[in-house]
Amino acid sequence: MRFADTLRFARDAAIGYPLRTTLSVLAMSIGVAAVVVLTALGDGARRYVVGQFASIGTNLVIVLPGRTGTGGFNPANAITTTPRDLTIDDAAALRRGSAVRRVAPLAVGTSEISYGGRLREIMVVGSTADFLPMRNFTLAQGSGLPDNDWNSGPPVAVIGAVVRDELFAGEPAVGKLIRIGDRRLRVIGVLESVGQGLGMNTDELVIVPVALAQAMFNTNSLFRILVEARGREAIPLAREQSAEIIRQRHHGEEDVTVITQDAILETFDKLLGALTLGVAGIAAISLAVAGILVMNVMLVAVTQRTGEIGLLKALGAPARTIRLAFLTEAAMLSSLGAVVGYLLGQLGALALRFAFPIFPAYPPDWAVIAGLSTALATGLLFGVMPARRAARLDPVEALMKH
Amino acid sequence: MSLIELTGIERSFHLGDSVVHALAGLDLRIDAGEYVAVMGPSGSGKSTLLNLLGLLDRPNAGHYRLEGQDVTTLSGDQLARLRSERIGFVFQSFHLVPRLTAAENIALPMILAGIAAKERAARVARALKDFALDQRAGHRPDQLSGGQRQRVAIARATIMRPALLLADEPTGNLDRHTGEEVVNLLEGLNAQGVTLIVVTHDPGLGDRARRRLLMEDGTLRRDTAAEASA
Repeated sequence: MRFADTLRFARDAAIGYPLRTTLSVLAMSIGVAAVVVLTALGDGARRYVVGQFASIGTNLVIVLPGRTGTGGFNPANAITTTPRDLTIDDAAALRRGSAVRRVAPLAVGTSEISYGGRLREIMVVGSTADFLPMRNFTLAQGSGLPDNDWNSGPPVAVIGAVVRDELFAGEPAVGKLIRIGDRRLRVIGVLESVGQGLGMNTDELVIVPVALAQAMFNTNSLFRILVEARGREAIPLAREQSAEIIRQRHHGEEDVTVITQDAILETFDKLLGALTLGVAGIAAISLAVAGILVMNVMLVAVTQRTGEIGLLKALGAPARTIRLAFLTEAAMLSSLGAVVGYLLGQLGALALRFAFPIFPAYPPDWAVIAGLSTALATGLLFGVMPARRAARLDPVEALMKH
Repeated sequence: MSLIELTGIERSFHLGDSVVHALAGLDLRIDAGEYVAVMGPSGSGKSTLLNLLGLLDRPNAGHYRLEGQDVTTLSGDQLARLRSERIGFVFQSFHLVPRLTAAENIALPMILAGIAAKERAARVARALKDFALDQRAGHRPDQLSGGQRQRVAIARATIMRPALLLADEPTGNLDRHTGEEVVNLLEGLNAQGVTLIVVTHDPGLGDRARRRLLMEDGTLRRDTAAEASA
């Protein structure tokens, strides 16, 4: 039998039994669609989180007070176990690093903001002029923090879009005097609305000079120091230099933790990648189930068409031809199911993206390829047994069943 | 040289604990171009004989030479090839593939044999004409009358130009008139040189054959050819 004829014969046989063909194609397509949609969800989550992390800035190194790593015995540890605080001078010193491009100290606290009788709780971030460009924040109106001595904080503030909307309700905000805690500050800029980022709603921030924030919260320590490396390759060096500079300033005691954005990104990437893989694995089970269903359907087909198989044998079809015809039919059912499932899955992912525009629900290529090939492989694998059974039928007995 | 030469053919089946000897020590010779009717009561072994002659079944003992070749030692695929090229089957219940049209049913043996589509189309067209089925080429079996179905089946059985045509009760599911037509058709093919072996219960059909074999309990009870030569 020629290959084209085998295909046509299998196709006609599949069309000849529409219900069982539809059911097995449906089962297979649900399996493939599940793989596509679930991996789109998993990978979408990964991309979303990674994207969120990337949006906090590029090539960042973050210095945190307190040590989390375990090291050997250090004489300094014997004297004190309390980590030294990070100070504005520490941050300023970091600018000496050759791999360091910009530095922004961060002091954070919550306070009350009021204007014209309206009052609300907000998060106050004390930083410097470089903070906005480092975090990729853009200004909607006005200007950013002044680039002056970090230790003197003029009473000015840059406010988030939500703060502006709620306090000023459409009025121009720039130039107005607001009250934060017991201090009066002048609004000099309004941030462009960016929405949620890492659980911190940047639209509800008020950014003030770092020295002013420290004075407000009655402290001289910093929450974090953000360090921007000169480039991607400079990140490890910037990290080393930052750690070294702080260690020198803290009398040889390693009492800070320096992490890179890349390390965080990588962790999340791995974590959510594994999640996607796990979800894909669960979806693959439905593919296996679909494969078993195709086998069942083909076994029924062999029983149903016993008379026909007997006839084919009487007409001179060798065992190989009959095996191939049934295997082709199984392959056809599963590949059709795979294609339909792929389209359904893409449609589902599209619907997801449509419903949640910020969520990049694209199925990863590897999942699509793995889903399709698993569908084909299981279809073929589970098609082998029925095909062999058909080929082994005794022609005399088969002919009697008509 | 005979077309068919059976010597000492034994074929038995196990039915539960008992053994049924469907064919017991059968010797038979059939020459090319003969017209043979195999008759006998149910269970006399005539269907087993037909299956054996059609290479669908193998004997437990004895030898079957088809066109001088001992086929009892051939592999399954070699037998399939012989069935494809040398033997045509006509069944009582037609055995047409329900989802295929008349033309496709006729083409089926050629498809299985891997004959090119162009050659197939030409031969099917000729067969449709020969068997007065040209108006019915695109009809599926359920749209055909009994006589038309059997004509499609005969066209299919002869499309590979076999040397041997085996018919198992070819008129069993037909009325007298269409049965007559079908028998005329088969006899016409025999007149063109095809060896025709018909298994039947119907004495009227059996009497038309030039040679009649009467089977009983797996053996030949009567062979008109042997009587004539005796």
